Amino acid sequence: MTTPFPASIRSRPVYGVLVPQPGTAHLVVADGQGGAAVIDMFGRAGDAPLMLARSHIIHMPGPDGTDMTAGLLALGAAQFHRSPTIAAALPRLQKVLTDAHMGLQVYLAGTEGLIGQVRQQAMLAGIPWQAVQAEHRGSTVRRVQCVHCKGITENVRTDPFQCSHCGLNLFVRDHYSRRIAAFQGVNIDAEDPGLVPPPVVRFG
Amino acid sequence: MSVGAPKIPVTVAEVVTVNPLVKRFRFVRRDGAPMMPFSGGAHVVVEMDDHGTRRLNPYSLMSAPDDTSGYEISVRRDDAGRGGSVYLHAHVTPGMQMVLSAPVNLFPTDTRARKHLLIAGGIGITPFVAQMAGLQARAGRFELHYSARSRELAAYADTLTALYGDRVNVYLDDQNQQINLGTLLQGQPLGTHLYVCGPKGMIAWVRTTAQTLGWPETAVHSEEFLAPPVGLPFTVQLAASGKTITVGPAQSLLEAIEAAGVVAPYLCRGGACGECETGVLACDGAILHNDHWLTDDQKVGQTRIMPCVSRFAGATLVLDR
Repeated sequence: MTTPFPASIRSRPVYGVLVPQPGTAHLVVADGQGGAAVIDMFGRAGDAPLMLARSHIIHMPGPDGTDMTAGLLALGAAQFHRSPTIAAALPRLQKVLTDAHMGLQVYLAGTEGLIGQVRQQAMLAGIPWQAVQAEHRGSTVRRVQCVHCKGITENVRTDPFQCSHCGLNLFVRDHYSRRIAAFQGVNIDAEDPGLVPPPVVRFG
Repeated sequence: MSVGAPKIPVTVAEVVTVNPLVKRFRFVRRDGAPMMPFSGGAHVVVEMDDHGTRRLNPYSLMSAPDDTSGYEISVRRDDAGRGGSVYLHAHVTPGMQMVLSAPVNLFPTDTRARKHLLIAGGIGITPFVAQMAGLQARAGRFELHYSARSRELAAYADTLTALYGDRVNVYLDDQNQQINLGTLLQGQPLGTHLYVCGPKGMIAWVRTTAQTLGWPETAVHSEEFLAPPVGLPFTVQLAASGKTITVGPAQSLLEAIEAAGVVAPYLCRGGACGECETGVLACDGAILHNDHWLTDDQKVGQTRIMPCVSRFAGATLVLDR
């Protein structure tokens, strides 16, 4: 099922449910439990065989290790690629987007880190961000940029957390950057160094 | 223009017959000052005093956007229209003094696009003439597909071909040439934006084809100015002004409001921009919505009206104006 999120500020991304769209090609990228959203979407397609014949599915395990390769392979898409990580899939994605033509539909499912980073690549390739569909499934861990050193920490679970690059204690905001594909983390003990509230697991 | 927005007093500097249906008009400022630069796709509203009838029609600017020495528009004569184009063709001569609105752009190129695919039908070429000049100046990648009835009526086809070479593709109806739209749209690189200006049928054809082929709505742009349709006369109460007015058969509701001395906002006067949107306080009858602005739900709700192009049939219409 899609992940419910509490109401937040306007810059916090919201996610929908993947809907099959008319298109000359379909690029589908999912991590972990996002694979189930992809299987559900093809189940709703009016002409699933035609859509699958034009589909390229890329999958990688989620942060908790969930791997849905078997179920996605069974769909029988024109192309299926399993990647060990999101980072390892980016060069392939860039190549696919470089060669693509208008009419390509992009569907993303899984964690916010996956959705944000692939949407970022799609935007860099010239696709309007509104045209990229995304459905959240699985882990809610966050990809957070330290606004001070600019380093990005993946799979953040607690708030506050310690920046994996500069070591500052960061408060995790809902303020999100589409350009950077990350939430913003701000030093929490700037005025009173050392006065850091105990970390709470907010993202699971 | 909106109420209070600047107007430009101009002199007609030049009138050129482009073909049997199209004339080009060049305007310069009466005070000799430079015109303000504009962006390709912008239009001005030309104010006309047609022997006592006030006409305000929008026309796309087609001079180079950075040419501040004057503005140029091209006008296709529409003998079945309400009279603005016929007036311009028959009565406007060099030396005449006229008034233009400041330019407004409802049809700009999207600077994020990797490539601009321009599709024009007939006189719909005019905004693209300025857009291409603007794109050329900043090395934008573009391609024009221009459809016209015949070589004679394909205004500016030769000039544009001379300027832009094989980026200009001309299709002539009388040679049975037609844009192969499906192939054209499917071959475009990712990041292309599509722009269409021309007759209503052509805009619908291009929009529908693009949607079927999976083009994102935000990458497809069109512009069509509607002439206010003629219709049966009707009566309207203006609640805020305390006036009751009658709209004549060839008059728009906006023109009738203005004729009654009531100040009302407007921009494009063609149902596209949304500036004149007015609240409906009471409605016993049917609003004849003719605009591209209100949503279908708003149109059914009959609580908003666009007086530049929409009319009314029924017993009572009260506007918040």
